[in-house]
Amino acid sequence: MSEERVVGERTDTERASANGQAGDGRQGGDGRRNGSGRRGGGRRRGGGGEQLMVDRAEFRSYYGRPVIKAPSWSPLDIGGYFFLGGLAGAGSLLAAGAELTGRRRMARAMRISSLAAVSASAAALVHDLGRPARFANMLRVAKPTSPMSMGSWLLTAYGSATGAALAADLAGAAVPPPPRIRLRLAAPGPAPAVGPLLRALPAVRRSATLASGALGAGLATYTAVLAADTAVPAWHGARRELPFVFAASAASAASGMALLASPPGESGPARRLAVASTAAEAVGTRLMRRSLGPLVSEVYEQGRGGRLMRAAEILSATGAAGAAVGGLLPAAARRGTAARVLAGLSGAALLAGSVCTRLGVFHAGIASAEDPVYTVVPQRERLAAAESRAKEAAAKSEAGTADGPRRG
Amino acid sequence: MTDRQEAPVRDESAQHEAVPDGSAPGGSAQPRMGFFTDTSVCIGCKACEVACKEWNAIPEDGGPLTGMSYDNTGGLGGSTWRHVAFIEQSRPVRAPEDVPTAAQGAPSRAAAPSAEPSAQPGPPSPDGRTELRWLMSSDVCKHCTHAACLDVCPTGAIFRSEFGTVVVQEDVCNGCGYCVPACPYGVIEQRKDDGRAFKCTMCYDRLGAGMEPACAKACPTDSIQFGPLDELRERAALRVDQLHERGETEARLYGADPEDGVGGDGAFFLLMDEPEVYGLPPDPVVTTRDLPAMWKQAGYAALALAGAVAAAFAGAGRPDAGRCGRRWGSGS
Repeated sequence: MSEERVVGERTDTERASANGQAGDGRQGGDGRRNGSGRRGGGRRRGGGGEQLMVDRAEFRSYYGRPVIKAPSWSPLDIGGYFFLGGLAGAGSLLAAGAELTGRRRMARAMRISSLAAVSASAAALVHDLGRPARFANMLRVAKPTSPMSMGSWLLTAYGSATGAALAADLAGAAVPPPPRIRLRLAAPGPAPAVGPLLRALPAVRRSATLASGALGAGLATYTAVLAADTAVPAWHGARRELPFVFAASAASAASGMALLASPPGESGPARRLAVASTAAEAVGTRLMRRSLGPLVSEVYEQGRGGRLMRAAEILSATGAAGAAVGGLLPAAARRGTAARVLAGLSGAALLAGSVCTRLGVFHAGIASAEDPVYTVVPQRERLAAAESRAKEAAAKSEAGTADGPRRG
Repeated sequence: MTDRQEAPVRDESAQHEAVPDGSAPGGSAQPRMGFFTDTSVCIGCKACEVACKEWNAIPEDGGPLTGMSYDNTGGLGGSTWRHVAFIEQSRPVRAPEDVPTAAQGAPSRAAAPSAEPSAQPGPPSPDGRTELRWLMSSDVCKHCTHAACLDVCPTGAIFRSEFGTVVVQEDVCNGCGYCVPACPYGVIEQRKDDGRAFKCTMCYDRLGAGMEPACAKACPTDSIQFGPLDELRERAALRVDQLHERGETEARLYGADPEDGVGGDGAFFLLMDEPEVYGLPPDPVVTTRDLPAMWKQAGYAALALAGAVAAAFAGAGRPDAGRCGRRWGSGS
């Protein structure tokens, strides 16, 4: 028995020392510097040359394995869903604005783009399910504690309103409106029966467009809650700022689409929104990184997440600049071919920037889930902060009670 | 560890959050059941892993050897509901009092009775057998009092059972995968070929028949203890005191505090080192705790978005629509 133990343990210690010599840090709990994940982090940091502000020496892990599980979502499906939801939602707000200010072509273009985007986003969601045939189970319950449940209902309501708005718009265009003059000329008969229906179309279109806009504002921002309501450090830690970043990115995408699809005479608001949303997104992402702290914000600065976020910023800024320049042109030049090409390119850059932002946030989240350092160190810091607060409070109360024995 | 359950009455209405004090949901007579995993007596036999796989008919998911001590399972997942972690540490270990001192390494053991980590962790010396500490721990779903997976499940497939446990209904789950990143412990996972999410059910079928879960039944050292959570917590507190008296100052309970970020775990642990050494989060928090604040932020963001669009239109004034629109239409 004891000999077996010796043999077993010797084998094991040999393995342990071999690991130690190989220097791959795989001995769980050996000293305080184990964890290949940390090593991986060091490799990624190499390029940036930034100063490490968080002391990782205290970080321990189980063979560098992640503590939490990253979502198995496909980046194209779910990152794409974030983008399409934003494009559709903010686009409906633009459609509502265009509807109310008499920009009929812009309103129709945004209705079409929103319905297409929301249809594609629903398809992406179903495609990403492990059991797509059971997608209807999403509407089995309504759970306020589940952003995905709320989102499914929101998507259903929004899709209906947007579809109704576009249908009313197209029906109104297909059937010539019933002006009184024409009625008088037309033979009396079926016209009076159809008349009230046709006359109701603009009201239906307007109310459905406004409803779609209101729901669209929710659709464009709820996806931030969807991401933040997880244990993924780069998402949950950004829960305060992420809705604003997503809202700005949605506005950026929708203004890009409006620049692409609406006539120059109607695109003024889109240009203004492009500039405002790009500025808001730049501010939002910086605030987000600040509140995440130097460690977790790495995933937004390095690796695939970092590359996408930088690309997003460059694309959005380029698009916004193009939109602004196009808006400064004299009215006559604005309708020239060069100006239209400029507007189209700006719009495409804004859309691409929004895609990059959403994919960047997605990949940053995955990176933060896959390395245990981003889970363990912030939680350790939280515990340490709570401990020091408790100590301070204890010291204060001790000072207050002088030499009196403290009760537990 | 006997099967102390009398065929319990199933209370289908009790599918809501358990109250944080660890008592049963709905105030029914059925107490909340749980696991207490005492890792100080785990011998790493993996009988729990095998019993779990066998009883629950979980598909094979073994891979190549990992090189992580004797752990070739890696971690909990869709097809691993019990996972034994093995941690090798180069450090002097206190010799238990009952070990005979006739062994060849007695002098060095006597010279290094401290539980402190050695100053220079070198390769363990096989003759002394005092510098390798081998920690083993059987990990499992924590069956949180406030379960993030249950909260975020959009289909209602995950529910709280009459035993206070958290169970996935496989016939409802549509594989959205939202529970996977929601879990602060990284327990629940989708099976790739199946698409749906799976995790420990605390042997819901066995509990319903008055039996203890398969892993607890198979554990030869009672490292895995099953019973009413209140009793387990009392027993665990006594065990920690006992270990502390014996000088094992590093022994601590994990997940036993009803005041922690998940309201306490239905399956809690006695650990011999920091939680992260075992791959456990040091301060897990149920993500939905912050959900009301998040909805509020999203509401503000939606209002800001609507406001920005309104401002963009208000500032732009009426379009040069009549003219331009017509020209646009006829121009091309």
